[in-house]
Amino acid sequence: MKKLSMLSVLMAVFTLLFSQTSLAACGEIVIGSAISLTGKYATNGVHAQKGYEYAISKIKENGGVKIDGKCYNFKVIYYDDESKGDRAATLAERLISQDKVQYMLGPYSSGMTKAIAPVTEKYQIPMVEAEGASRSLFNKGYKYIFAVLSTSEQYLASTIGLAASVAEKNGKSPSSVKVAIAVENDPFSLDIRAGVLDDAEKFGMQIIIDEKLPRDLSDMSAILTKVKLLKPDLLVVSGHSKGAATAVRQISEQNVKVPLIAMTHCEATDVTGKFGDAANDIVCPTQWAETMSYEDPIFGTAANYESGFKKAYPEYKGRQVPYQTAQASAAVYVFKDAFERAGSMDKEKVRDALSATEMQTFYGNIKFSEAGNNIAKPMALRQIQDGRYNVVAPAEFASHELNWPRK
Amino acid sequence: MDQILGNIGLLIDYPVVNLKIVLDGVMIGALFALAAYGLALVWGVMNVKNLAQGDFVIAGGYVSWWLVEHGFPALLGVPVAFIVMWGIGWVIYKLVISRVIERDLFTSLLATFGLAIMMAQIMNLMFGSDTQSVDLGYPTLHFFDGFIDVPIAKLIGVLMASALAAGVIVFMKSSRMGQAIRATAQDARAARVLGIDTEKVYAFTFSLNSAICGAAGAIIVMVWIIQPFYGISYSIRAFVIVTAAGLGNLPGVIAAGLGIGALEQYGAHIFGIGYQQAVAVMLLLLVLLYRLIQQRRNRQVLK
Repeated sequence: MKKLSMLSVLMAVFTLLFSQTSLAACGEIVIGSAISLTGKYATNGVHAQKGYEYAISKIKENGGVKIDGKCYNFKVIYYDDESKGDRAATLAERLISQDKVQYMLGPYSSGMTKAIAPVTEKYQIPMVEAEGASRSLFNKGYKYIFAVLSTSEQYLASTIGLAASVAEKNGKSPSSVKVAIAVENDPFSLDIRAGVLDDAEKFGMQIIIDEKLPRDLSDMSAILTKVKLLKPDLLVVSGHSKGAATAVRQISEQNVKVPLIAMTHCEATDVTGKFGDAANDIVCPTQWAETMSYEDPIFGTAANYESGFKKAYPEYKGRQVPYQTAQASAAVYVFKDAFERAGSMDKEKVRDALSATEMQTFYGNIKFSEAGNNIAKPMALRQIQDGRYNVVAPAEFASHELNWPRK
Repeated sequence: MDQILGNIGLLIDYPVVNLKIVLDGVMIGALFALAAYGLALVWGVMNVKNLAQGDFVIAGGYVSWWLVEHGFPALLGVPVAFIVMWGIGWVIYKLVISRVIERDLFTSLLATFGLAIMMAQIMNLMFGSDTQSVDLGYPTLHFFDGFIDVPIAKLIGVLMASALAAGVIVFMKSSRMGQAIRATAQDARAARVLGIDTEKVYAFTFSLNSAICGAAGAIIVMVWIIQPFYGISYSIRAFVIVTAAGLGNLPGVIAAGLGIGALEQYGAHIFGIGYQQAVAVMLLLLVLLYRLIQQRRNRQVLK
């Protein structure tokens, strides 16, 4: 009898202690992420990680995630996938089976996402990803992957439309436009190429150069010489940071005159900071720009996000916040929204809530298709004008006129 | 196939393009030749096949880039990279290379392969995986209606590379240490008997190689771009050049370096830029095949 009462007193004390702590602080929702912190994708992997962390701290400031009247904060377990696909898959497996993670945030790059998606699918773990844009991620019937960004074949496809409208304005037929393509031989850039080819075919444009860049590119003078000889009206380059850096440098050195030049990864490479005037009038696609008019209650407007992020991470001062960071933050925000609508920590309920997402964020509208890609947000094109990135297409978001032809 | 024929057609229609390709190739070939010469030196003197050769080049590039980031003039990068990489080369010799010199081929290959991975990752941690370059801000000279372009920065780079090569040649020919290095390369045991401190010669040779690579990297960062994981492509080219030219054949190394630079540019033009490095590797295969056939006639015991 005595023993029993002792036990009950102890139990009472414990419950008291326990309930007190849960009143004082919010609970934790643990999310896993294998992301490239070293290796060739490390630059953007770190951009994305900072985006995740910034969103987590912003959500915490705004009272956390409210599920069933209780509050929770996100906590992410990161593993470094060393920019290697097989490593990423192993780490995803480890996060799920050893760390017992129930939800995942995506890695950086389409390749890594492709490596992880079969694993999350197998264990039925919902994953919101922000950095894998390859369209091949969304034609395999995956049910647990949700991507906040526009898919990669949309990245530069709009430059074809832009070139066509310029041609029409000048009294020429769009089919007279000659296109040169130089893309890296990786899934992301090949999707970009596919998108460009599709749209060029619609207008009946002629592809006069179509080359694949090697992974360790540091010299593309051979392509640019051909560009000089064949005089295309549009040059499309996609080769991550090294492609952008090499292209900008050598286009100016070789004095290559193409009326419209479009390339990816301008911001991530900091082409304006590195090459100054040489980068002028180049057109760059972006998932997001801080001048766009989207907003939400957590981050405010796109411009608020930019200034808030720079305050939290002073190393970004004086340069553009990359869209890779913004979309990573949006992914965390989508999770918060889904948890609150699901009203439960059950991963199936969270998945269903994710699939019903329809919201506006500072990053753009988000609504997922059956396949999990975001169908509510268009890609924007920005032109570097006197060292500044100004949105020139699509027309409804354009803040500036396109400088054409490029000098 | 059509594209390949079209590309060859362009070369015939616009003969001046050939000149441009050769010029571009020779300019990058000069830097390949520098790295290859260092490799030949270490290979010939110490019988160490240094797989980290390209990573020394990239490290030199980062030394120069770091200086520019901290407000020093870009051209200072070349001598400073030479000196800093000399020091790093010496430390690496003492820590790693001195232990594998007398061992068999695979030990030295494994050790330097490990070194290459280590160096690339350390640079990645220190400087990030961004591609970096130094913009000298010099103008570009144009000839033949703008078809031939010679950036003054590239010209300075090539001149510096030639000056360095000339300096090394004179040093090897006339200085006391140069003689000692050559003597050690010919017969280390005899050199030791005659009172040459071969340990010192080895340390000196390896540091010199590292310094040459460092200076080449400092030039490369002014003209092209560098990234922590780009070392391997310079290592491959250095191996191709040395295999083609043979050890201890300096004019051969320089000629092979320039030739490979030009051939790669032709390959890139005709087959597409994705095959630029494939041309170098194909050449290596051909040279090895040729050497193998040559050696069938005069069989000998492998050391």
